[in-house]
This record gives sequence, structure tokens and C-alpha cells, in this order.
Amino acid sequence: MSKTSEVSSQKVYDQAARAHRIRSGVAKTLIYLLLGLWALMVLFPFYWMVLTSVKDYAAYNAEYVPRFYTLSPTIENYVSAFTTVSLGRYFLNTLIFTLLTTGIMLVVVVLAAFGFARLEFRGKNLVFTLFLALMMIPTELVVITNFVTITNWGLRNTFLGLILPSVTSVFYIYLLEENFEQIPDSLYKAAKVDGTSDIKYLLKVMLPISQPTIVTITILKVIECWNSYVWPRLITDNEKYFLVSNGIQEIRENGFGRENIPAMMAAVVVISIPLIVLFLIFHKKIMVGVSRGGTKG
Amino acid sequence: MKQNNLKGWLYLLPAIAFLGLFMVYPLVDVLVYSFEEGYNFASQTDMGTGLYNYSYVLHDPYFMQAVKNTFILVIITVPLSTGFALVISLALSSIKKLRDAFQTIYFLPYVTNTLAVGLVFMVLFKRTDYTEGMVNLLINWFGGESVDFIDGPYWAKMFVMCFYTIWVVLPFKILILTSALASVNPDYYKVAQVDATPRWRVFTRITLPMISPMLFYLIITGFIGAFKAYSDEVALFGTNLNAAGMNTIVGYVYDMLYGDSGGYPSYAAAAALILFAIVLTITVINLLVSNRRVKI
Repeated sequence: MSKTSEVSSQKVYDQAARAHRIRSGVAKTLIYLLLGLWALMVLFPFYWMVLTSVKDYAAYNAEYVPRFYTLSPTIENYVSAFTTVSLGRYFLNTLIFTLLTTGIMLVVVVLAAFGFARLEFRGKNLVFTLFLALMMIPTELVVITNFVTITNWGLRNTFLGLILPSVTSVFYIYLLEENFEQIPDSLYKAAKVDGTSDIKYLLKVMLPISQPTIVTITILKVIECWNSYVWPRLITDNEKYFLVSNGIQEIRENGFGRENIPAMMAAVVVISIPLIVLFLIFHKKIMVGVSRGGTKG
Repeated sequence: MKQNNLKGWLYLLPAIAFLGLFMVYPLVDVLVYSFEEGYNFASQTDMGTGLYNYSYVLHDPYFMQAVKNTFILVIITVPLSTGFALVISLALSSIKKLRDAFQTIYFLPYVTNTLAVGLVFMVLFKRTDYTEGMVNLLINWFGGESVDFIDGPYWAKMFVMCFYTIWVVLPFKILILTSALASVNPDYYKVAQVDATPRWRVFTRITLPMISPMLFYLIITGFIGAFKAYSDEVALFGTNLNAAGMNTIVGYVYDMLYGDSGGYPSYAAAAALILFAIVLTITVINLLVSNRRVKI
């Protein structure tokens, strides 16, 4: 009697375990399906832009129903992206703008963070509080006057005018200051005893220790610069100083003629590549950096 | 320590100079502009001091259209993108295989130029004389009628705008929520497992309360970000957003400042301050609600 009940309870248990396995198997499949579907949604525009960019102009326009592949890829669109419109110049401008802005910003931010974290002087706390308060000010509010200021200084259509308003960031000063604070004060005192100057200490000790934060800030700023659109649009109307975002808008409105979509897509691919390559190399660092200090959306 | 005074200020000098010139002064100046009635940048003249600019902006049909568009965008995209990001992050945290690959793919839109990829969306959704467009092909497959999403009816344009906005903002939200989910102490889940707590209960009683600070952070930044929408719209509909009927409040500010309808910094200032007031109000409401809800 006890034996049969044992067998049947074992059977019940087996059945339950199997049902559970099937159920969780179904759940897993559904989860992967959902994730796969969204991955497709994310990747599809990229696929479409590369695909369209290698389609022949005539072939593309002959497709009333768009095709998902092409058998005769061509690089002709890329050639015309660089020859018909000044994509090369937009590209170079953006590169100069990004490097200069990021470089100057790093100097300004590092100096300020060091001042706040290591030096003692009257009024420091007050200034720091005021800085933090500035974090709440949206750019939309100050852009109007900045536009007027830069225009009055005659700096429209110059790199200086493009760069100047965006070389400081209170948020990055704050991020770096937090990091500097964590470096033990004893190191600084020891350096002082050795007669090391402040600037040398900053360069030789603090910066190497805070390298991860510096990298984060640099990456975030580079992404921001590469994608910046509003300020460059306000401050440049001479094609010579367009950045890629304005360039692509210019290409859309007056470039190849509205119907040359393949050439337009070639330009889009060229513009997207630098950041995507950067991302594929540093994706771990970038994702950690953004989750620590990024905002967008 | 006394002799350090000057040196300290010297280190801060560049930052203070730039912030003062491009942040603090403009803040005062924008208020001044907003009360200088009908200031014209070209002729450098105004018609006196008062509230006329605000009244002009509030009676401008373009501004009201922009407010309407922005509010619809905010109301649709903030809840949808946050909810969707939560679902995807929960799914991500329940698997092991391929997780890193999925995470990397999902983050891709964050590092792309919105203006550039917006053009791809335009091509996908647009219907021209030469082609139905990719999305219409899909709609036809499922037996629907073709629609021009870029130059067509209002709801269709609004749909593309919301869709693209969600596509653009999801990477950041997914990233934040997956790291919030990963930081929940696994002991809670183990205890729940021992007690055989049903899944939905684990979710509502453990997961949700633990990640609620991050969730509210995302909702607040989501509201702020969505109210400032502009470049995504330019990418889809071109620079003349008023003609497309798809302008946003920020777009209105920039159009007043510059471009074909530009040269009126005082109207731009009034519109920007109205936007700031709206965003501030919504943020304060959000904070009040979250203070009541988030208690750990």
C-alpha cells in the first residue's frame, strides 16, 4: 500500500516537474522572441541604409516595391557623396570641432575640479553651490542670448563661435570633483613636502588615478559634439563651416536633388561610421560611462 | 593657507568666465528680452516694456500647434518608452545566453547621429511617386491601405514622430533599468523562492519597489527630454516644421530666433520661458508624486 502511494506520488512529482519545464521553456522562447524582435527593429534601419547606399540610382528608382537585397552593389553613391556635395568638408569640420571642443573642455573642467577638490580658499563652498545650481538651467533658455552675443562679436561662421559656448560643463566638473575627492589627501601633502608644484601633482598623480572618469567624460563629449545640431545651425549659414548634422540636412534639402536617395544614404553611412566604430571598440566603457553620467531621452 | 586664495580662484577662472558669459548673463538677459515688446534684431528697436511678447506668443497659432504637438508627443512617448524599456530590461535580466549581444545591439541608437538616422526613417516611411516605401509594403502585406507617413495625414505624421522618438530614447532607458535590476540584492529573490512566492508578486513586492527610484528618475528625465524635442522632428520632416504642421515648442523658439521667420529674440525668449515654466511645473509634480511613492 505504502509502496504504491510512493510510486504514484513520484509520478505526480515527475509530471509536475515536466509541466514546469515545458512552461518555463515556452516562457524562455517567448522572451527570446521578444528580444529578437526588438533587436531586429533596432538593426533594420541600419541594414536598410547600407543596402540602399549600394543600390544603383536607376535600379533603386525602378523598384516600385522595394527589394530587401541587391545583386549588383555599387560604390558609385559613395563617390558622388564626396564629389557632388562637400561631405568631406563637413566631415573635417566636425572632426576639428569635436577635437577642439573636447580638448578645451577637458582643460577647463580639470582645472576647476582640481580647484574645488584640493585647494582651500575663501568663498569656495559658495561658488560650488552656485555651480551646482547652474546644472538645472536648460540650454534652450540661454541659447537666445548666446546667439546674439556671438553675432555681435562677429563670430558667426567661425570655429571660435561654434566652440566657445560649449567648452564648460558643470556636470562634468561635478563628476570629476567627486572623483578627485576620493584620492587620499596624504598623497597631496607628501607631494607638497617634496616641493612638487600643484600643476605637476595634478598631471602626474591625479589625472592618471582618475583616468576612467576622464575617459567617460571624453567619450560623452565626443558623442555630443559629433551629433550636435542646434547650435551649429544657428551660428553657421556658410556651407564652409557646416558640421555633419547640418551638412546632412543641407544634402537633404538642396544636395543631390530630393530623389537621389541612394546617394543620400551613402552620406548617412559615412557620417554614422566613426561613432559606430568607436562604439564597437569601446562598447563596455561607453555603456558604463553613459549609465554613470549620460542623459538623453 | 591664505596665499592659496588667489591660486584657487585662478584655477576656477576659465570655468567661471565661460559660465558667467554663456550661462549666467544669458539667464538675466533672456528675462530682459522677454519683456522688451516686439524687439527687432535687425533694426534694434522695441516698442516698450510689458507683457506683449507673452500675449503675442500665446495668441500665435503656430505656437499653439507646437504646444499641442509637444504635449501629444510627451503623453504618448514617455509612458510607452518607459514601460517598454522595463519589459525589455526584465526580459534581458531573465536570460544568460546572448545577453551581452542584445544589450550592445539595443544601445546602438544612442551613438548614432539623430539627424542622419532620421533620414533613414523618412525613407522607410515615405511614399513617393516612384515607390510605396518599406513600411507601406508591410502594411499592404497585412492587407492595409498605403499611407504617406511623412506628408500625409496628421495622425500618420504623429505616429512616425512618436515611433522615432521611442526608438531614439529607448537605449538610455534600457541601460539604466538593466543596471538597476542587476543591483537588486539576489537574497530577496532567494527568500521569495523558498516561500514559493508567485512571480507577479515577486515583481510587484520586490523588483518594482527596489527599482522605483531609478524608474522615477527615468520618468522625470523622460518628461524633460520629450518636452525639448526638436532635432528628431527636423530629421523626419525637414527644417520648415511649421509648414509640415509638426513643430515643437523648442522648434518654435529657434524659428523665432533664426531662419525664414527669425529675427525676433524677444518672442523667442517669451516662448522659451513659457516652456521652462511648463517643464518646471511637471518636474515638481513628478517629484511630489515620487516622494510619496518611493519609500524604502
